[in-house]
Amino acid sequence: MLDCPARGHPTRRGKVAKLLEVKNLQTQFLTSAGVVRAVDGVSYDVDEGETVALVGESGCGKSVSALSIMRLVAEPAGRIVGGEIVFKGRDLLKLSEEEMRDVRGRDIAMIFQEPMTSLNPVLTIGRQLTEGLEIHLGMGPAAASARAIELLGLVGIPDPARRLAQYPHQFSGGMRQRMMVAMALGCNPALILADEPTTALDVTIQAQVLELLQDLSRRLGVAMLIITHNLGVVARYADRVNVMYAGRIIERGTAAEIYADPRHPYTLGLLRSVPRLDEPIRAKLDPIEGQPPDLSRLPPGCAFAPRCAYRVERCTEVPPLAACGAAGHMSACWVSASLAKEPVA
Amino acid sequence: MSDALLEVRDLVKHFPIGGGMFTKPVGVVRAIDGVSFSIRKGETLGLVGESGCGKTTTGRCILQLERPTSGSIVFEGIDMVTLDAAELRAVRRRVQVIFQDPYSSLNPRMTIGQILAEPLKVHGIRRDKGERELRVRELLAQVGLLPQHDKRYPHQLSGGQRQRVGIARALAMEPALIVCDEPVSALDVSIQAQIINLLEDLQSRLGLTYLFIAHDLSVVRHISDRVAVMYLGKIAELADRKAIYDEPLHPYTRALLSAVPIPDPKIEAKRERTVLRGEVPSALKPPSGCVFHPRCPIAVDRCSAEIPPLREIRPGHWAACHLA
Repeated sequence: MLDCPARGHPTRRGKVAKLLEVKNLQTQFLTSAGVVRAVDGVSYDVDEGETVALVGESGCGKSVSALSIMRLVAEPAGRIVGGEIVFKGRDLLKLSEEEMRDVRGRDIAMIFQEPMTSLNPVLTIGRQLTEGLEIHLGMGPAAASARAIELLGLVGIPDPARRLAQYPHQFSGGMRQRMMVAMALGCNPALILADEPTTALDVTIQAQVLELLQDLSRRLGVAMLIITHNLGVVARYADRVNVMYAGRIIERGTAAEIYADPRHPYTLGLLRSVPRLDEPIRAKLDPIEGQPPDLSRLPPGCAFAPRCAYRVERCTEVPPLAACGAAGHMSACWVSASLAKEPVA
Repeated sequence: MSDALLEVRDLVKHFPIGGGMFTKPVGVVRAIDGVSFSIRKGETLGLVGESGCGKTTTGRCILQLERPTSGSIVFEGIDMVTLDAAELRAVRRRVQVIFQDPYSSLNPRMTIGQILAEPLKVHGIRRDKGERELRVRELLAQVGLLPQHDKRYPHQLSGGQRQRVGIARALAMEPALIVCDEPVSALDVSIQAQIINLLEDLQSRLGLTYLFIAHDLSVVRHISDRVAVMYLGKIAELADRKAIYDEPLHPYTRALLSAVPIPDPKIEAKRERTVLRGEVPSALKPPSGCVFHPRCPIAVDRCSAEIPPLREIRPGHWAACHLA
């Protein structure tokens, strides 16, 4: 439904191949309140070497969509019920668990929000770095150790040889996240999924880790899918942006288009509601009214309609179709055309 | 300053590490190391800094949830540090708090109505049950909730609504000063603006004074009249919001501001960033001289030897830097 045929967006290196294509992905959770459609027919793609952002607020389905790519959605409550995840021409949903294990960590790596809870507290940093290298790349212990030292040096951890024998609790939050970046890069993956990679970190450390990620992904040609709620981070690091709301992608385009000419009232509302350091101070902020929807009881029409300032009658009755603008700029909104002249700030 | 509602002078809070009944402490965390500032009646003072800089401990000392190691906290002319428990109770009504996470600061087994009525009962502000119910309804209306919300439990509300309850509970005591400790950082972007607008509305309607503790510099810039930047237990810079954001004097403030990405790709593409080296050192063993010198891009020899005092460099603009 939400697919604009001709994308043809400008890329940094001219024509590049599609690395990942998520098509009509549906992931559901069975809860006592009923079926929750956490991801409800979501499609997006990532080209080789490019950085794509998935933006949205808590509960919009952005993390579940990344976990679905890795096939890490917790069963039996959660299930991928439909769609395709085509990575380098193969549908990951059709792979056996064994084949999938080869993909995880080697072809696609993941960086999580809270490095402390995603590292094993009783294994040394060295062991956690070498495990993947030995399993995926068949390295011997000596070669893996050498590579681990090289990786820690690459992410800017001083004195890497000594650090290998330490445990995660001996690392600070920023160093743990650097270590996660090192782990993710270990097997030279083609794609890194970064799920709120810096949300748990302090502002100055956030900047360090993000600059590091951008620098390394460019130098090594790794594609990145950044999942975040931070519009500033997206503006600085993403080439293309997908905005999610209530389990669906409601707007997509290049970062430049999305910020300069948003065509969905939710995107517009998000951009207007944050105070900005570069703007004169406003007397009042411009919030989005109302509360985020309950995913187990979505309204029949557009899920954003109850909070939408531009709502027309049709919005509460029929879910919007994708309206496609220039160069693959897509917006799932009945009135998207009339937003063209709305000032962003 | 005569119009100061709150005056904090040379506040120090050290936490001893280890040490039991018979053993000596093995170290001391210098959470706050000589902090002074004042808040005028009706103004909002923003207190920003990274985790571990002592901003929350400063708030907790003002609330008297921590007893300071030394220094004074003069509120409405009375030094709270010298008060005994009974005297403190009366003052506490006038100083309230809004916490970061409304979910963990509301009792899950009480209804919203009970949560709001309890302080009224405990402090004997409304002795009659009917009067209390009336006041609860008034409080709910003030924060934009509906009368029927009083029968609900915290888990039945959304994050934004729960924070509204947290605000209503602070208002119940008719306080003069509210310590807002990261009141919006747990909320979604679209809800943050709602709560910030509400806090500003209440301030102008009820004449409240805020100490607004946060790490989000854009939010602090929007809501504050003056801003204090803390680093490792000390104030690095303190000034009017315009001065601190337009002409920051301390290199730490400049680095903080440059670390905040602006939601506009066109601006970000051209923007130079000062990315600080290293991490915040431990408050157990703060660096010699200026505590910021190991990460400072412009440090000179003097910075590691001499502690820079907080000086008034321009009228009302204070900075603790040898080079400012």
